[in-house]
Amino acid sequence: MGMNLTLKVWRQKGPEDTGRMVTYRVEDVSPDMSFLEMLDVLNERLILEGDDPVAFDHDCREGICGMCGMVINGVAHGEQVATTTCQLHMRHFEDNAVITIEPWRAAPFPVVKDLVVDRSAFDRIIQAGGFVSVPAGSAPDAHSVPVKKVDADAAFDAATCIGCGACVAACPNGSASLFTAAKITHLSLLPQGQPERDSRAKAMVEQMDAEGFGGCTNTGECTAVCPKGIPLDTIAQMNRDYLKASK
Amino acid sequence: MTTKYTEGEPIRDTKAPEGPIEDRWEKRKFGAKLVNPANKRKLNVIVIGTGLAGGSAAATLGELGYNVKSFCYQDSPRRAHSIAAQGGINAAKNYRGDGDSTYRLFYDTVKGGDFRARESNVYRLAQVSVNIIDQAVAQGVPFAREYGGLLDTRSFGGAQVSRTFYARGQTGQQLLLGAYQALERQIAAGTVEMHTRHEMLDLIVSDGRARGVIVRDMVTGEIERHIADAVVLASGGYGNVFFLSTNAKGCNTTAIWRAHRRGAMFANPCYTQIHPTCIPVSGDYQSKLTLMSESLRNDGRVWVPVKAGDDRPVSQIPEDERDYYLERIYPAFGNLVPRDIASRAAKNVCDEGRGVGPGGLGVYLDFADAIRRLGRDAVEKKYGNLFEMYERITGEDPYTQPMRIYPAVHYTMGGLWVDYDLQSTIPGLFVIGEANFSDHGANRLGASALMQGLADGYFVLPTTIGDYLADGPYGEVDEEAVAEAEIAVREKINKLLSNNGDRTADSYHRELGKLMWDYCGMERTEESLRKALERIPELREEFWKNVKVSGEADELNQALERAGRVGDFFDLAELMCIDALHRTESCGGHFRAESQDADGEALRDDENFAYVAAWEYGEQGPVLHKEDLDYEYVKMSQRSYK
Ligand SMILES: Cc1cc2nc3c(=O)[nH]c(=O)nc-3n(C[C@H](O)[C@H](O)[C@H](O)COP(=O)(O)OP(=O)(O)OC[C@H]3O[C@@H](n4cnc5c(N)ncnc54)[C@H](O)[C@@H]3O)c2cc1C
Ligand code: SF4
Ligand code: FES
Repeated sequence: MGMNLTLKVWRQKGPEDTGRMVTYRVEDVSPDMSFLEMLDVLNERLILEGDDPVAFDHDCREGICGMCGMVINGVAHGEQVATTTCQLHMRHFEDNAVITIEPWRAAPFPVVKDLVVDRSAFDRIIQAGGFVSVPAGSAPDAHSVPVKKVDADAAFDAATCIGCGACVAACPNGSASLFTAAKITHLSLLPQGQPERDSRAKAMVEQMDAEGFGGCTNTGECTAVCPKGIPLDTIAQMNRDYLKASK
Repeated sequence: MTTKYTEGEPIRDTKAPEGPIEDRWEKRKFGAKLVNPANKRKLNVIVIGTGLAGGSAAATLGELGYNVKSFCYQDSPRRAHSIAAQGGINAAKNYRGDGDSTYRLFYDTVKGGDFRARESNVYRLAQVSVNIIDQAVAQGVPFAREYGGLLDTRSFGGAQVSRTFYARGQTGQQLLLGAYQALERQIAAGTVEMHTRHEMLDLIVSDGRARGVIVRDMVTGEIERHIADAVVLASGGYGNVFFLSTNAKGCNTTAIWRAHRRGAMFANPCYTQIHPTCIPVSGDYQSKLTLMSESLRNDGRVWVPVKAGDDRPVSQIPEDERDYYLERIYPAFGNLVPRDIASRAAKNVCDEGRGVGPGGLGVYLDFADAIRRLGRDAVEKKYGNLFEMYERITGEDPYTQPMRIYPAVHYTMGGLWVDYDLQSTIPGLFVIGEANFSDHGANRLGASALMQGLADGYFVLPTTIGDYLADGPYGEVDEEAVAEAEIAVREKINKLLSNNGDRTADSYHRELGKLMWDYCGMERTEESLRKALERIPELREEFWKNVKVSGEADELNQALERAGRVGDFFDLAELMCIDALHRTESCGGHFRAESQDADGEALRDDENFAYVAAWEYGEQGPVLHKEDLDYEYVKMSQRSYK
């Protein structure tokens, strides 16, 4: 009763390997399976056949850790909007469909193996300034600084970025602007983020460039695939903060 | 069959200072030796895990000037399982003036834990809780706020005050990102060296002290040794022993189990929390279960058909043929009874054949009344994101038909035994967060795990570990001990890879999980536990002989990672069953069918079981050490929610 699918999966032994698409048949797939569960089924079979299972990153499987991510039929995280790969379910695919599965492709995200890529560049962008410097135990009472609800809500919206990297994978320039802007915007909107606001924007943008991410040309492909719907205007905010800081 | 265990010396000293409970933490802080700043740089600390506990600890220790190495198995410290926590974090701020206080939070936690937690630790947790909120706000954690600009709070199960701070449905994410950013700041400052995609596979104990770890680089497969003056385990809970749980896929017991094998006692392994509102299993390919926030029970009504085997669609079941069983059995609390009670009630109605959905393993959580009363818009505002998540997973629309929910394993109260300083029975090995057993007794209250993880990591450990490190550096390690640990790790890997079996690690894990769920899950009996203890060793033997792991040791090999973890789950499962069998009382999340009152509620046996069961590993079977629990402040009483 289940669906029968043809998968074309990117296989690459390691960073040095050139990699290739390999075709697999998967049969009797339940429409209630998640996309990753469908791959689990394939991998169980590959292991028993003595083959290397398809390596892919995942952990929470509920759309919050940001670990999963594949380009499915040419779209980062697949075609369903505001959805991570792990939240995608097979009922959105047709029986006998052919599905291509590839890793994020961007020079600053080198492939580690198969669908697994190295996103440590994101951590280094945060290291450059994506924080508020406040040693444990030194904080004033939480109510000493009221924050307008609209600001707190907007900061929260930007802060929901899960660091998955889909924005980079979708961008024709391989830009990490949406990711970087989300953090800059989150902290810029809060009073606690003000003291380091200028240095943060400057350092994070410079690190982003140093990692080799491309520039933003406002194509909007990033927001379109972003599972958390981080809006494009965060990038405008980042640019304003950066310009001000560079003056 | 290893139902046998022996009893060793009781644990008498927990290192908690004497005197009035409100002064104990102050006293301990003052009594702790200080390390002078110049020496801190010469002291090395390893922290395993970057969740709320490990992330906050590594950042704080780095800030204090220690040399820290931090490890996690994900590709970034930001992805630790803490990220998934939804509901909120408790703190005794009493911002609402609704009668909350440190004492009340302490009291609620001890009572909620069904009188199986240590009073001194819980009191300290309540004291420190207020600092956590200050710290998080200063870091820029965007908590929910009211129009006046102050922090909003909500109430949670097991409490009558509103003390839960939250950031929409993503409190864990926001708190973890705060800790992660603090950690990244220290990495940039050079005080913390980060090792992502590294899995700890053994603990190095030299001259009776924890001195380092053996880890596997999950990308290259290289086996590495890291030496330090102290080791902190913050590796999270072991709910995945059941295979299906709300935990992330990678959550494991390996770090704490290896430490247990090296001498750290494991306390109360059988205390597990089963969350009542999760999306039911939809098929045998199911890889994890998704939690639906407890807050849904504020407006949703739980019911099943009155008649067993009634498979009519909801619309054809008239009102008088529906059994709103929680409202019927617990008129005072209704749909808001604590987690363990709601979970067991769901199991009971399903056992009676009245469950709904595939396999009859589900109950309805119905919003029809709420939608009628408040309007669809209001319901959408409150629960929109949860309804959407439900729809995404099940393909069903909860606005027009009731949700189906079922209990699932969620949290483990048990863990490595620690004293008041959060030090295990191996000197120099500290354990924090869900990995230790400390504060929740036999049942954890909602929104208290985040509080504990951050209390441990930001405030408690950085003080207490200083007392230990003040006597360091601890000098050279015994090369033989290191080599022995390293060889053991390599042998295990080779064993797994050289098998030419015909079942995958996952298939064994599923079978083990099912067995644990059936025999050591929501309800345990002497008979079921004995069955489990018969079956686990057989299955484990078969696993080691017949598991098939493809690929090589020196590459990224996810099949190998999984198989290694399953191996440790088998051993832990056995200890859990032994613990559950020996504790013939019911308490909190541990329900022994033989120990219930006339109404079917959990019946504690304080006379015989008011102790922490700390198990020491022994080649001839585990050795039980009891830590007696004294309740000087909160009077022991039987919980009642009727
Ligand atoms: C779905 C869900 C919702 C929840 N909601 C709430 C809530 O609203 N409020 C609340 O208070 N609690 C909640 N909890 C519980 C709470 O989230 C956890 O108890 C808590 O986050 C655990 O934090 P931790 O730091 O101890 O461990 P974790 O966050 O689990 O981190 C473990 C760390 O250890 C690392 N690690 C593990 N094993 C190894 C190894 N062998 N080698 C190297 N590294 C290793 C991992 O990489 C990770 O970094 C929820 C839990 C779940 C599952
Ligand atoms: S901005 Fe969106 S797409 Fe980019 S990393 Fe964050 S969540 Fe992912
Ligand atoms: S696995 Fe965590 S977001 Fe997909």
